[in-house]
Amino acid sequence: MNAPLPPEVLKQHLIDPEICIRCNTCEETCPIDAITHDGTNYVVDPAICNGCMACVPPCPTGSIDNWRLVLKTEAYSVEEQFGWDELPGEKALPDTVSANAASNGEEIASVVSEGGEGVDSASAPTPVFSPSGATIPPWSAAHPYVNLYGHKTPAVATVVGNYRVTDEDTDSDIHHIVLDFGNVPFPVLEGQSIGILPPGTDAQGRPHHARQYSLASPRDGERAGYNNLSLTVKRVTEDHQGQPARGVCSNYLCDLARNDTVQVIGPFGNTFLMPNHAHANLMMICTGTGSAPMRAMTERYRRRIARGTNGRLMLFFGARTQRELPYFGPLMKLPRDFIDINLALSRDAAQPRRYVQDLIRERAADVLTLLQDTNTCIYVCGLKGMETGVLDALRDVVVQSGEDWTILHDVLRREGRLHFETY
Amino acid sequence: MSGINYGEKIPNNVNLSSDRALQRALEHWQPNYLQWWQDMGPDGSHGFDVYLRTAVSVEPDGWAHFDHVKMPDYRWGIFLAPQDGQRKIHFGENLGRDVWQDVPGEHRANLRRIIVTQGDTEPASIEQQRHLGMTAPSQYDLRNLFQINVEEGRHLWAMVYLLHRYFGRDGREEADALLQRSSGDADNPRILGAFNEKTPDWLAFYMFTYFTDRDGKFQLCALAESGFDPLARTTKFMLTEEAHHMFVGESGVSRIIQRTCEVMRELKTDDPATIRAAGVIDLPTIQRYLNFHYSVTIDLFGADQSSNAAIFYSAGLKGRYEEGKRTDDHQLKNDTYRVLTVDGGKLRETEVPMLNALNEVLRDDFIKDSMAGVGRWNKVIEKSGLPFRLSVPHKAFNRQIGTLAGIRVAPDGEVLSEAQWQANQHKWLPTPEDRAFVASLMGRVVETGKFANWIAPPVMGVNRQAVNFEYVRFN
Repeated sequence: MNAPLPPEVLKQHLIDPEICIRCNTCEETCPIDAITHDGTNYVVDPAICNGCMACVPPCPTGSIDNWRLVLKTEAYSVEEQFGWDELPGEKALPDTVSANAASNGEEIASVVSEGGEGVDSASAPTPVFSPSGATIPPWSAAHPYVNLYGHKTPAVATVVGNYRVTDEDTDSDIHHIVLDFGNVPFPVLEGQSIGILPPGTDAQGRPHHARQYSLASPRDGERAGYNNLSLTVKRVTEDHQGQPARGVCSNYLCDLARNDTVQVIGPFGNTFLMPNHAHANLMMICTGTGSAPMRAMTERYRRRIARGTNGRLMLFFGARTQRELPYFGPLMKLPRDFIDINLALSRDAAQPRRYVQDLIRERAADVLTLLQDTNTCIYVCGLKGMETGVLDALRDVVVQSGEDWTILHDVLRREGRLHFETY
Repeated sequence: MSGINYGEKIPNNVNLSSDRALQRALEHWQPNYLQWWQDMGPDGSHGFDVYLRTAVSVEPDGWAHFDHVKMPDYRWGIFLAPQDGQRKIHFGENLGRDVWQDVPGEHRANLRRIIVTQGDTEPASIEQQRHLGMTAPSQYDLRNLFQINVEEGRHLWAMVYLLHRYFGRDGREEADALLQRSSGDADNPRILGAFNEKTPDWLAFYMFTYFTDRDGKFQLCALAESGFDPLARTTKFMLTEEAHHMFVGESGVSRIIQRTCEVMRELKTDDPATIRAAGVIDLPTIQRYLNFHYSVTIDLFGADQSSNAAIFYSAGLKGRYEEGKRTDDHQLKNDTYRVLTVDGGKLRETEVPMLNALNEVLRDDFIKDSMAGVGRWNKVIEKSGLPFRLSVPHKAFNRQIGTLAGIRVAPDGEVLSEAQWQANQHKWLPTPEDRAFVASLMGRVVETGKFANWIAPPVMGVNRQAVNFEYVRFN
């Protein structure tokens, strides 16, 4: 199971109803409320589970430890699982899975062109464990704290800032939200995420699930030395198919006023972490709100410029237009010798459509130099669909130089140097 | 004993080393506990290396550490679920107030009584099960028995910690008395009836862990709602361990049923005598054991109308099962509940104030939960293509406590005369012959990976180990 999975494949977490004794331990343990039950079965919601494994050791029966490879589009729904008397057998994946992966570039392009739509939506996508990337952090990563606050004991943070970071005249309403934790310890690292518990209940009268957001600020605070952090939140007004849908949590967050309080769980994430050793290079590839962790890492580096130990930073950043690029202004003020910025705009009237993967290919020589340096770590964050496109582009760069991508890809994963966070 | 470093010896998350008085009190109690374990704990097992789960913290990754350990060296610790500074009392007359971090004077006696009653069941079950190791059907089952035993021991520690920490001298005396009472002792018995019954064989053990440990689950769930925060936090963590005990019961009975069904299909018979001759337990006998353990266990919830239960609830000491998930006013002053009474030789439901019927409310929640598992046992029989089905008897069957005590009722709910009861009870409750037969099957199986003939192997091992893993090294 160490081979990378094609991006359209999900390793789905399932509970064996024949062995489960319905003791509720897993539901109690899950830090992000991915487990639920009805009168018959305990089930895992594939849209929420991030494969953190917190529920596995406490399960008294072993029924919790079941996994099936399925196409993401055909993942077993919660309702299906409620009806089971026993686990379904392993289904063979279609032979065309990898062929599809190669040929759906067009579809990916169209998804990426939405500019990082939907940190949450009616279908509630949350970061998915991605086998294309590493499952361990780079060697010099700082040790993260995770799951300090669960849904039963959330931390309370106060909103101290909420600004729109895209132009008013664009459809893309992205907010930069600053949360202050006061005296509540909430230690975080760049690349980690937190969960927000939106108030109220869903149509079934159950409390809303938590939604996860990546930090946009570095470990020492949005304002250095303060116990605060920031998030990049896009107001969701339509689902992935473009149908109108009002994102529960994103609208809640975007509408918050100063001094409002929010319930926060987490922190989450122990792999998508930045290296800390001198001269470590960062290659950052993102679209839309996927820029949040990149902003955090870049800011971490910026605050350490004076030390003179920074490696190189290379950013590939995609959005529909320049005005929809969150943080465009501050980004452009960064010195060119500090960060190499490549913007891919898919709806700029003056230019042909360009996506991040196009830019990676254009910059092949510099990308290759970085890829060949063992001090380089690569971070990809954005919509699920971008994973294949980015992997293909990286492969092309490597293959065209006569190198073996399979070997390099494996090394990057094994050494914790290639990370995906997609939703 | 002062040389012992308790920070290491007693794993805890209550900052034990910072409270010298408490530390000394527990130092005093610990050797008595270990002596009790030597005398009354699993018989003849002290030298075995057992593959046990030890909790070393309350985090998901901290409470399932597996290793071979000798049981007297087991690291009994004190673990409370993390404190939540915001918790409020969420039921009863103190609803909305901050939870108590110390014992409120006016509730001291009641809280002590609740904790002592809960604490008394923990060593009791170890005493009831102390000879079972001699007849274990496999290493896997022996390991599960021992796991339950050490965790019941830890639950005793949890309650003793509360007594020592919050109840001063009275608490220390009660903690000592927990080691002095003894299950089945005519002079100084355990507090609750079911904990003075024998657990003579493994079918009884699995039934006990399925039904009676489930009573434990519901009591702990009700206490986990308590306004006395340390009690809520400690019982919350105990629940995670309790889940394993019910698993052992549910899967144990299920495996016995499965083996019986295999033999019934091979021999193409449902004749109990033929099935017994083949060395497995016939389904009607399993039904009679079920009837016994179920009826004895539902007595544990107490009288159907109880002013104590009302006081405990109104004061915020003990909630209902899943109190936090219920949507009523959490005061219950105007609510009613239907309880069974006997009226002119017939069972009848009458409405009573809900506050007085909270034992019955908890009992009914337990019944619902129990029946679900019995349904899963029936799935095993159904899969074998056999028509037999197990069922739980009527709530009024074989009751010794409350309004229904002593009334003769058949498993189907029909009220009987004493003569009818006497003529039929051998069909409904295990007879001495049944018990003798089951006992005759109990022979010790020690070989790694082997199982007694009357029980099927489990589907999977413990902690992803193989079924034929060496779970117990007998040395």
